[in-house]
Amino acid sequence: MVGIVAFGAYVPRMRLQRSAVVAANSWFNSALKSHAKGEKAVANWDEDSITMAVEAARDSLNGQDREAIGAVFLASTTLPFADRQNAVIVKEALNLGDHVATLDVGGSRRCGVSALIQAVASAASDGTTRLCVASEKPKDRPASESELTHGDAAAAFVVGAQREIARHLASYTLSADFVDHFRAQGRDYDYEWESRWIRDEGYGKLAPQAVAGVLRRADLRADQIDVFILPTSIRGLAAAIAKQCGIRSAAVADDLSAVLGNCAAAHPLVMLARSLETAAAGQRILVAGFGSGCDAIVFERTDAAASPSPLLGVDGWLARRKPESNYVKYLCLRGQLDIERGMRAEFDQKQPLTALWRSRKTVLGLVGGRCTQTGAVQFPRSQIGVSPNNHAIGTQEDYPLADRKARILTYTADHLTYTPDPPACYGMIEFDGGGRMHAEFCDLEPEDVEVGREMRMMFRIKAVDAQRGFIRYFWKATPAVSS
Amino acid sequence: MASGIRDKVAIIGMGCARFGERWDADADALMVEAYLEALTDAGIEPGRIDAAWLSVAMDSINVGPSGIPASVALRLDNIPVTKVENYCASGTEAFRGAVYAVASGAADIALAIGVEKLKDTGYGGLPVRSRGTMFDMIGVVGSAPGNFAQLAGAYRARHNIAKGDLKRAMAHVSVKSHANGAKNPKAHLRKPIDIDTVLNAPMVAEPLGLYDCCGVSDGAACAIVTTPAIARSLGARELVTVKALQLSVSNGWELQGAGWDGSYFHTARIAADRAYREAGITDPRRQISLMEVHDCFSITELVTMEDLRISPPGGGVKDVLDGVFDSDGDIPCQIDGGLKCFGHPIGASGLRMIYENYLQMLGRAGERQRSKQPVLGLSHNLGGMPNQNVCAVAIIGLDGA
Repeated sequence: MVGIVAFGAYVPRMRLQRSAVVAANSWFNSALKSHAKGEKAVANWDEDSITMAVEAARDSLNGQDREAIGAVFLASTTLPFADRQNAVIVKEALNLGDHVATLDVGGSRRCGVSALIQAVASAASDGTTRLCVASEKPKDRPASESELTHGDAAAAFVVGAQREIARHLASYTLSADFVDHFRAQGRDYDYEWESRWIRDEGYGKLAPQAVAGVLRRADLRADQIDVFILPTSIRGLAAAIAKQCGIRSAAVADDLSAVLGNCAAAHPLVMLARSLETAAAGQRILVAGFGSGCDAIVFERTDAAASPSPLLGVDGWLARRKPESNYVKYLCLRGQLDIERGMRAEFDQKQPLTALWRSRKTVLGLVGGRCTQTGAVQFPRSQIGVSPNNHAIGTQEDYPLADRKARILTYTADHLTYTPDPPACYGMIEFDGGGRMHAEFCDLEPEDVEVGREMRMMFRIKAVDAQRGFIRYFWKATPAVSS
Repeated sequence: MASGIRDKVAIIGMGCARFGERWDADADALMVEAYLEALTDAGIEPGRIDAAWLSVAMDSINVGPSGIPASVALRLDNIPVTKVENYCASGTEAFRGAVYAVASGAADIALAIGVEKLKDTGYGGLPVRSRGTMFDMIGVVGSAPGNFAQLAGAYRARHNIAKGDLKRAMAHVSVKSHANGAKNPKAHLRKPIDIDTVLNAPMVAEPLGLYDCCGVSDGAACAIVTTPAIARSLGARELVTVKALQLSVSNGWELQGAGWDGSYFHTARIAADRAYREAGITDPRRQISLMEVHDCFSITELVTMEDLRISPPGGGVKDVLDGVFDSDGDIPCQIDGGLKCFGHPIGASGLRMIYENYLQMLGRAGERQRSKQPVLGLSHNLGGMPNQNVCAVAIIGLDGA
C-alpha cells in the first residue's frame, strides 16, 4: 500500500497581531473589526514559498532516508519564479541528487491537495518515494479582509510504500471553472467575488460532491470520517459542509485561524500535518482543497510510529513564536510600503549565473569539504585544504553542513549595514564535528546571542536583485530550539 | 633567513594633506598637497624620483584604476608608477614598494603616495561594495564596525571580562585619541570628548557606539625614500631609517579552519614577531617609543596592544585604563589622534602613521611633540576583517637606534 511515510511543517516565527492591522485600517473599513482577534503567521522579508518549503521538507525528513526520494513536488500559488523551476531550488537546498525529478504545481488554491493526490498516484505506480511540499506566502492588499485572514506556512509529506503512518484510501477531483477569485499573471493581488455566493454556490455545492466522490471510492460512509479538513476563510463554513455531508461535527478540524491564518494552497496540507501529530491508529482523515473545483483525499492512520519525523511539526513551529504589533513594519517587510531605505540599499545584487552554477552545492546545499586524509571539515570546499598542518591537495569530499548544529564564536548586531529588518545580526559559527563560517543570523533577539549559543541553519533569501527580479538564496543561522 | 630591510633605506621627505571632509578637494588636489610638502622636506627636484607607488583602496569610487592618476596629478617624469591595493594596509604597501625598490638598488630615490577620496559617496561610513563573486554568494555583507565589533564578545569570553568593564576601557581609548587629535591641525576630528559621551553614544554595531568608530576621511600622505648614503649626500643631518616592514596575510585559517576564537588578530601576531626580529627588537614594550596602530575601532586598538606583545594576554584593559598609551604614558599610542581623529583615508593611512612617527623623531610634531625623544616608532595596519585580513607592521627609527 501507498501512503504518508513522514510529514513535517513550517510556520514562520513572526506573528502579526490582527488587532494592529485593524487599528491601522478600520478607519477606512470598519467591517474589518470583526477580524481583530488572534494573530497570523507571517514570513520575514527573507522568506518566501521556496524557503518555507525547504524548512517544511527538512522537518519531514528528520530521521528519514533522503536517498530514497525519487521526486519533489512543490505546490503553491505564490512561487517566486515564473520561469526557473522553484521545486528544483528546493531539491538543491535539500542536497538531493540530480536524478530526482522535480515539478512545480500551481494554478489554484487546491494545488496543494492536487499535488498530494498526484504524489500518491505516482508513488503507487512505480513504488518510489515522493516528497510533496505545499507552501504559501499570500500577498494581500492592505486593508483587505484577506490580509487579516491569510497566513504563511508550509507542509511536507514523504509519500511512499514502506512503513507508512497514514495509508491512502482514495482520491477524487472535481474540476470546475468556479471563479471565486483570480489573479492574472504579473498581478500582485487576488480579485475576489462576493463571499455569500462563494459560500452557497461554490463550497456549498462543489465540496459536498467531492466529498461524496472520495467517500464512494474509499467505500466509506461519511460518519466513518474522524478528521475533516476543508480550509476556508468563511467562518463556520467547514462545519456547515460537514453537516451537509453527514460528517460528525466533532470531526471538523481546527482550521488554526486564531494562531496561524489560512495559508491558501498550503493550508489543507498544514492542517493534515497537524492532525497527523495527534491522530490515533485507525482514524480516517479526509482532506479537501477548494479552488477551480475541489480535490479530496482520504487517509487512514496506521499503527506505525511517526517518530522521529517531524522535527517540530505544526505545533512545534507554532510554539516558536514572536508577536509583532507593528503593522507598518509588516508592510515594509512585505514590500508593500516604499520607505526610504538609504543609499546603502542601492548595492547591486546582480548574481553571476555562471558562478552560481559552478558553486550550486556550496551555495544552495551548504555542502562543505572534508579532507579524506585528516578528516578536517571546512566551508567552502577547496582544492588545497585549510589545515595548517596539512595543506593537502585534492583530498576533499563533499560534506553537507546544513543539518549540523553549530555554536556562536563571535557576534554583533549591526545598525549601519543595510538590511530590510535591522539590525543585521551576524557572526562566526562553528559546526559540531568541524567547519566554520561567518553567517548571518535570523529569527532571534539580542538576548539569544552569546558566545557558545547553539544554532541551527535555515535556508533563507540572502538578497533580492530588484533591478532584474532575481533572488539569491543562502543559509543563515538561528538559535536552535529543541523538538 | 633573509637579512631584512633594517637601516638599508632612509626617509628623506614626508608630507600629509589635511584630513577631513575635504569637499573642496579631489584626489588629485589631495595628492598634490601631500606631495609638495614631502618634496620640500626632501629638498630634491622631482626629476630625481626614479619610481613611484600609489596606494588607493577604493579606486572605483575615486581615482580609477592604474598608476596613471598619480603620474598625471604629480606630473611625474614618465617613471614607473605602480598602483597597489591591500585593503587598509594599502598605504604601508606603497611604502614597502618604494623602500624595496631603493633597497634593491633599482631606484636611488622612490616615492610612495597614498590617497583616498571617500566623501564623494553621498553617505557616511565606507562604501558598500562587492568582495568578489564567491564572497557575495556565501559571505556576510556587514559593515566595517559590524565586522570588528565581533572582537568584543569573543575577547570577553576568552578573558572573562564583564561587558561594562570592556566598554569603559574601549571608551578610554577613544577619549585619549580625541584629546590627541585636538592638538593636531591636520586632524579630521579636533574636539576633546569625555567618557560619558562615548558611553552614551548611539549604537553602531554592538557593542561599538559612534565614538568607538574612526572617522571616514578624505586625505593623502606621501613619503620619499632613498639610501642612507644618498640621504647624507643631500645634507640630511639626523637620519630616520626603516627598521622593519612586515606583512602577514590570512590564508583562510581563521575563517575556515579550526582553533581561532575570534578574540585576536592571528596575522598581527605574526607580522609583529617578524618585524621585531627584523628590527632587532627583543623587548618591544621597553624599546618601542611610539605606536600608531590601526584604531579603526576602539576594540581593535585594545586587542592590538596584546597582539603587538606590548600588553600581556588579557592585560590590554588594565594597560589602557592605567594610561600606558596616553600621550604622557609609557608608550603613547595615536599621539596624532590616530585613525579615530586624524582620520582614515584608507589608501593614505599607513603613510600618515609613518609621517607622524617621522615628525616625532625629528622633533617636528608641534604642540603634540613627545617630550622624551622617540627613537623607534611602530606603525600597524589591518585591512579586511578580524576573520580574514591583511596586517602590516612598519618600524622606523633614528639611524643607529
